[in-house]
Formats: sequence, structure tokens, C-alpha cells
Amino acid sequence: MNKQYFDTIDETLYEEKLDNGLQVCLLPKPELAKTYGVFMTNYGSIDQSFVPIGQTEAITVPDGIAHFLEHKLFEKEDRDVFTDFTKQAASPNAFTSFTETAYLFSATSNIEKNVLTLVDFVQDPYFSEQSVEKEKGIIAQEINMYDDQPDWRLFMGTNKALFHNHPVNIDIAGTVDSIYTITKDDLYTCYHTFYHPENMILFVTGNFDAQEMMNLIKENQQKKSFDKLDDIKRQFPEEPDTVKEKNLMINMPVSIPKCAVGIKEPNKQLEGEEYLKRDLFVDMVLDHFFSTGGEFYQKLYDEDLIDNSFFFESNLQTSFGYVSIGSNTNNPEAFSSRVQELLLSTKDHEISEADFERMKKKKMGQLLRAMNSLEFIANQFATLSFKKVNLFDIVPFIQKLTVQDVNVFLNSWIEEERLATCTIQNQTVDK
Amino acid sequence: MSVKEIKQNENNIQFHMLPNKKHKTLTFAVKFRAPLERGTITKRALLPYVLKQGTASFPTRKELQEELAELYGAVLSIGGSKKGESHILTFYLEVPNEKFLPGTNSLLERAIELLYEIVYKPNQEENGFPKRVFDREKEILRQNILSIKDDKASYANIRLMDEMCSGERYSIHAQGYEKDLSAFSNQELFTYYQNMHQEDEIDIYVSGDFDAEQMLNLLTSRFKRSSKKKEAPVNDDVPAQSVTSKELIEEDQMQQAKLNIGYRTNILFRDEKYPALQVFNGMFGGFPSSKLFINVREKNSLAYYAVSRMESHKGLLFVMSGIAPEDYNKALTIIREQLEAMKNGEFTEEELEETKLLIINQLKETLDHTQGMIEFMYQQVVGHKEITVDELFHGIQQVTREQVIEVANQVKENMVYLLTSEGGEADE
Repeated sequence: MNKQYFDTIDETLYEEKLDNGLQVCLLPKPELAKTYGVFMTNYGSIDQSFVPIGQTEAITVPDGIAHFLEHKLFEKEDRDVFTDFTKQAASPNAFTSFTETAYLFSATSNIEKNVLTLVDFVQDPYFSEQSVEKEKGIIAQEINMYDDQPDWRLFMGTNKALFHNHPVNIDIAGTVDSIYTITKDDLYTCYHTFYHPENMILFVTGNFDAQEMMNLIKENQQKKSFDKLDDIKRQFPEEPDTVKEKNLMINMPVSIPKCAVGIKEPNKQLEGEEYLKRDLFVDMVLDHFFSTGGEFYQKLYDEDLIDNSFFFESNLQTSFGYVSIGSNTNNPEAFSSRVQELLLSTKDHEISEADFERMKKKKMGQLLRAMNSLEFIANQFATLSFKKVNLFDIVPFIQKLTVQDVNVFLNSWIEEERLATCTIQNQTVDK
Repeated sequence: MSVKEIKQNENNIQFHMLPNKKHKTLTFAVKFRAPLERGTITKRALLPYVLKQGTASFPTRKELQEELAELYGAVLSIGGSKKGESHILTFYLEVPNEKFLPGTNSLLERAIELLYEIVYKPNQEENGFPKRVFDREKEILRQNILSIKDDKASYANIRLMDEMCSGERYSIHAQGYEKDLSAFSNQELFTYYQNMHQEDEIDIYVSGDFDAEQMLNLLTSRFKRSSKKKEAPVNDDVPAQSVTSKELIEEDQMQQAKLNIGYRTNILFRDEKYPALQVFNGMFGGFPSSKLFINVREKNSLAYYAVSRMESHKGLLFVMSGIAPEDYNKALTIIREQLEAMKNGEFTEEELEETKLLIINQLKETLDHTQGMIEFMYQQVVGHKEITVDELFHGIQQVTREQVIEVANQVKENMVYLLTSEGGEADE
């Protein structure tokens, strides 16, 4: 077990890669009542085409299967795992993103039992035809609920405008049609390939003893056997750097139109420090220009193009990346062209030394604040580990960033052919 | 387990120090509380928008945000909320603890000075706020009020409250009213802001790793008022008698229908029966193990969500669910059956004990969060009851099966509200 102390945040991390390939990370925080554990696989909705474990040919599975699997893993032959956690006074949950699936719990008692329950239920699938059929109704309701939410439609619409072929342009939950084609055999195939310990991380943080916890987990894992897993071969369709559709319009009833400008990040397959650097720059530059104190925000505000629903977000992954900048606006066309114009102006913009120091301070403070949250620490550590980045190295890494580097990034960041707009409007208003 | 609270009433303000070693930040909360009133609510809703735009020393939003960035990305939020029949305007400032930032000093003093500015020294022009800010923020609030309708779940909650509590203070919308926005001038808003400083109840909280005595000295030298004109507002929470249930169905362009049901519990935070109500709610619809989730979602695949929530300062309970439009009658029947089951004591001893542990677990987790701890302590101020964490846990542990059944029988259905797709209900 490796022990590492990070003085910038006053935390100690215990880490070990077990014989079966599982990475286990423990961060004790004895001053808290709560413990949070997350068991995450490097597998999300975009991993649709791959070579299944033990086979040689790639297959493509139905849209929404990773999320479907997440739902079904809670159900066992004789019971629902929610009940097991409940009996141990824990709150379980799970989520599926484009790139990860995570199972988690929080509790203030029975910590060891709950950790074992988490690991055991994820490593012991039970899928039957009957239970797969029953789940379809529930997930169809979930999909319909999201379809009624204009903000969600705007988010997915922006991705649909940006990406030609990459599955990030498909809803994480799939469609009502696609989920009805899912079978129990599909679930097992995905499960055995992507839920191999080699492809997973377990992160536990909170009120417990690290050594005892590590022993418990090791003992548990030694009792189980897994097939040998070589590198998982994932396949993604060819994706041009340019956007698919410059302007995508969606008609649905909204009181005020919604509009977002998307930036498609060039596909560079980044990992490690290269990934971290670009991710930080995108994040810090967006914040600098578009947060409520930013120059671009001020312009959009002065020109009556935004209200306080204004947002910006970025999601940089190894196989894709995008930024979305949006708002409720009475004038979507003007909003879109103004945001694009401002973005394009960054080519000739130079961030000053003083501004960059302030940007660094803000980013470091934001990270410290986020680390009040056990959920943030565990989830972020886990997802960053799949990109070969250590969460606890970020603060010292930020201190080393230079204003020259950020300006080089900024001046080559935006290209017109990588910008697209999605607008949600009420058809009846337009007529 | 306990929460250390050091209280001091000074300068006509109540200070609450919550020193603890759980966090890497310091959190300040300044709370202004007044009775909910239609005549003032839109002003109170607009004030957070306007006050975030600048202060006397940092007159533009850009300058204010730069000062926050200098304080290592300190976060300011100002917002209004409704607790029972009171309205609370809260200023939150969260700043990294300088202990984790070697080489910095006086971050704390600078943060307190900024908080003082935000609360006491707005950017003033003549007898009002800057005209441009007033006009623009009024327009932004107007758009926000209009767009509530786009979030079907929130909209359904508001419509249920409108109809069920019609004529009661509680039905007043915390986000204000579009038509009232044109009913007051910039100067009148400014005057109201000044009155609020004199008349509201003010509570100031600090949570984090700090020295309480030093913090109190810093705060009391800054946060002052000469007098407080009004008496403490008493909640106008006399329950409505003889409850009968009403039904209302409205249509909108949507795929999933929202079925919400309002109940009267007439049990308040300060009442002896409150712990039993918490346990009742936990078993009925508070957790994924609850009757609603198991029966509406898991057994019948009728909904993606089906939950119940309590209003602790008004004595209400709400069930909220998202269902397919054609399943309305079936879902309503199953929800009603679950309440009947609770009334008849159809739950095991094991479920009762599990639920108690879940509630205690949830409270402990809340106390690990910096804002959670502040809101937990403030609930006691609003609810007119002081109780230690240990007493609270003990109270929940002592709840008996009979008490839960008694509370279940006191819960009266008052309103069924369905927001459904156009033509959706015709399927029945």
C-alpha cells in the first residue's frame, strides 16, 4: 500500500493496484461523520463499438446500453440491492456519463459492510429476460422526462450540431426505440468486457482506518476470479474536426428562446499533463471571459442578449471535447453571432500577467472549496485517473502555468469551422 | 455527535459561531427574515439580483468579481427562500481558509470587509440603485418568472401550492410576480432595502476552522444597527380546519405528466409529534426504500420518480411523481393505497428501525456540509425550538410504531394536481 501526503491540501492518500488489476484508493478524513465510496468503470454511453472480452471481432450494441446496465445491476435474483444498503443505513446511487459508469454510497455507520456491499453487488451481475423487460418502462419514463426539459434538449442539440459521427451526439439513456431492442445477452457482453477490475477504480473517503479497509478489500478480491483482460479495443467512427451543422433549430414550447454556441475541440487524444493543461486552459479562459466579472459577459449583458440563466461549460475527454455557452435570450440570432464574434476575437487577445495571476488564484481557491466535498474528491480522482492525471497534483501544476503558455493556447483556440449554434424556440411564437 | 454553537446577541443582531475542523473554507451567512407578504415579495425577490451587481467600493460587477477572485475565488451568492410563512434573504460568502494558502495574510479581514460592503454599502446613485442596473435586473427577473413554466416539475409544485393554499400567506411566490415589477420605482426599492435593515430579524452565521472569540470581535465591530423597530414576526400558521380534497387537472405541451398531491399534517417543527412525522415521511416516500418508490416505480413501473417531502414550518406534506399521462388513475390509486397502508400500520418493525437509521444518517451527512450545518441550525430559529443534535437523534430513535400510525391518520389529503399532456387525460 502506497502512502502519499499532499501538503498543499493537508490530505493523505493510500493507494494500491491489486493483483486482479483493480486500483484501490483510500482517503481517510476522521473529522467527518460521513464516508463516501465510489466504484467506477471506465465505460460510458460512447463505448458502443468494441471487441468483447475473449473475442476477436468488434460488435456494436444498442444506444443507451451502459445506462440500462447501470439500472439493472441493482437488481438481483432474490432482491434489490437498494434494500441491502438501506438495512445498513446507507444511501446508494449510481450515474452514467458519456465516459464512465459509477456506483456509490454514503453512510455514517456500518462502513466496512457497506463497502463490501458496493463491491459485491457490482461484481455479481444477475440479468434475466423478465427483469430486462420490466426495466424498459421505467427507463422510457426517464427518457420522456428528459425530453420535456428544454435545458437538456439544448445540451444534446448542441452536441448533435457539433458531432457528425461520434456517439457523444446520442443521448446517454438512448431512445425509447433503442432501449426496447436491448437483451440480457447484450448486457452480459458489455458487463464482462467493461466491468473487469483492470478497467475499474474503487475510491473510499471519510471516517475509517486505511490499513483495515485495504485488508478487507484485498481479502474480498482474492476470493473472486476473473478472465484475463488484454487492452479493451474500443472503436470510434471517423470524426472530422469541423462541425456537422452550423445552425440546429429545435421546436418545443418555451416561454423564452434558448440558445447555445458550441465549440468543438480538435480531437487530439490527450492524456496526462497534456490533457490537464488543455483542460485547465479551456476552463480558466472561459471563466476569465464569460464569468459574471468577465469582459465578454459584460458585453452580452449590456447588449441585453442574456439573463441569469447564462452558462458556460466544458467537457474535455480523450476521444472528444466540447464547450457550450448558452442562455435564455429573446434574440437568439444576435446572441449566437455576438458570442461567435467574441470567441473569434480571442485570436488577437493577450491576457496580461496580472490577470493571469488572478485567474490562477481563483482556480486554486475553487479547487480547495470543491475539496470540502467527499463526492467531488472521489468522483474527480476516479475519472481523472482514467486520463492518467492525479487530482492532488493539480494545485501545484496550476502554480507552474505561465502567461506565455496561456496566450499561445488562446490565440489558436477558436476556429470558425469548429463553432455551431443550437436554438430552442416555440414554433407557434414564430408564426 | 454534537455541533458547537456559540451565540451572542449584540448590536440588535444575533451572531452564531459554528467552529469546526471539517472544511477547507470559511462560510459566512447573513440572513434577513420577514413575514411573507404580497406587497413586499417582488422587491425582496429583486434585491439579490441588484445587490450582486456592485458595492460602493466595487461599483461594477467586474470590480466586485475581481475582488472575489483576489480572495482566491471566494464565492458570493445572494438568494431568497420561503420557510413556512416567512421569507428569508440570505447572503452567503465562502472563502478558502488561509491556513491552506501559505504566504497569504489578512484574507479573513478582507473577506469580512467585503461581506460588510455587500450587505451595508450597495452602489447607490442619488436615492436609488444605479438606474441601468435597476432596469436591467428587473427585466432579468421578469424573464426568470416567465420561464418557471418551462421547468414542468417546479411549475407543477407552484400550481399545487397556489390552489391548495389559496388565500394563505404560504401560497405567495418567493420568486415574485411579473405584474408587481412595474408597481414600484427604483427609489422605493432602495427605501425598502433600508427598511429591511431596520425591521427584519438578522442572524449571522460563520462555519469553519476559526477562533470564535476573534471572529466575534471582527464581526461585531462591523455588523451593527441602532435599533430594531418591529417585533419578531410570529408565524401565521394556524391550520385550516376540516380538510376536504380537491382535484385539478391542467394541460400543457409535454410528454411526461406530473402528478402532485398536497396533504395537511398540521405538525410543525416545534411539535412533539414532529419526530414521528419525520419517520412517517421516511417510510412513506422519503427514501428509495419507501412505499412510494417501491410500489409506484419498482412494482408497477409507473413512474421514474415518486417521492414525498415535508414542509416543517407550515405543516404540509407533498407527494411528487412523474408518470405517463395514461397512468393517472392507476398511479393515484396506488399512491392513496400507500397512505392507507401507513394508516393501518402495514409496515414491519424492521422497516421502522431502518428508516430511523436512514434519517439519522441523512442528518449527520447534512452536518458535514458547511451550508447544511448553517441551515440546520437556522431551522431552529425559524421553528422557535432549540434542540441539540443528540436530543434530536434520541427523539427519532424513541418513535414508536403507534406514534407513526397516529401521525399517518393525521395526514389529510387536500389537493390532487395533475399537469398532463394535451389530450392526455382523455385516454382514461
